[in-house]
Amino acid sequence: MTTGPTAAALRLQIRSDTDLSLVRQQVRAKAQEAGFGLVQQTKVVTAASELARNTLVHGGGGEMELAEVAQGGTRGLRLSFIDSGPGMADVDQALTDGYTSGNGLGLGLGGARRLVQDFQIDTRPGAGTTVTITAWAQSLGSAVHR
Amino acid sequence: MSDFPVIPVGDVLLVSIQGELHDALAVRLQESVTTAVQRRSARGVIIDISAVDMVDSYLGRILAEIAGCSRLLGADTVVVGMRPAVAITLVELGLTLPELRTARTVTDAAAVLGVAMPITDTASSGADRRGAR
Ligand SMILES: Nc1ncnc2c1ncn2[C@@H]1O[C@H](COP(=O)(O)OP(=O)(O)OP(=O)(O)O)[C@@H](O)[C@H]1O
Ligand SMILES: [Mg+2]
Repeated sequence: MTTGPTAAALRLQIRSDTDLSLVRQQVRAKAQEAGFGLVQQTKVVTAASELARNTLVHGGGGEMELAEVAQGGTRGLRLSFIDSGPGMADVDQALTDGYTSGNGLGLGLGGARRLVQDFQIDTRPGAGTTVTITAWAQSLGSAVHR
Repeated sequence: MSDFPVIPVGDVLLVSIQGELHDALAVRLQESVTTAVQRRSARGVIIDISAVDMVDSYLGRILAEIAGCSRLLGADTVVVGMRPAVAITLVELGLTLPELRTARTVTDAAAVLGVAMPITDTASSGADRRGAR
């Protein structure tokens, strides 16, 4: 993949529920700027909201890194949600719809993966979690990215 | 940050969610509506989300819980004015909220609830007011 950041990354802290609002607003603004259609905007903002809440609730807080990326003529956003919390022992289990270690619905992680074209988790028990997603202004065809 | 206008119209409570709803505010919404249902002996609750540009699992669960609490108190809840982009995203997220009743407009919701609604329809006029680009 020839995706490189086209602009300096932006960092937002995720320490409170008002930070979650700021994350949603920033992602919405950047997605609009990058030419995302209304549905694509809504998907990436919702995915960001789920992942930022996981960073806050399960990861004990952390930050989001936002970078604009480009591939060919298509613009996209790459978002990383980074915490140094407890990490996950079993990523497949965490991704399963309905699995929650708390009292959630267990939809956030699996749902966020369905909402974007690229999804990666880097985690280890005791070593924190980084979830990185990439969403494109236009659907590039899911075959390439899944 | 003001509280939510919970407007009694006949036997029904009309709640219009405006703009960005952070978590603490969502919890307050739940409390306001539930308290108002009891105090007004409401038979129904109509929640207009036409101004809401994103529903994640947290907000979805709050809406479902409002409906659940209201039902225990004897009132049915109908959510109106969901934006198409929000509906598409919710389905893909896996949050179809089967226990949550929805309608397109306040007038439709009133029909679902079996009450007359002698006011103008806020949902249809408010839909896609923001972010329609
Ligand atoms: N950043 C994280 N750090 C540690 N564990 C995590 C993290 N993100 C997710 N998890 C684990 O994965 C599980 C599933 O996450 P998911 O977001 O799908 O559900 P949830 O947060 O429990 O509920 P909700 O449906 O409200 O999001 C969590 O319950 C938690 O155990
Ligand atoms: Mg979650």
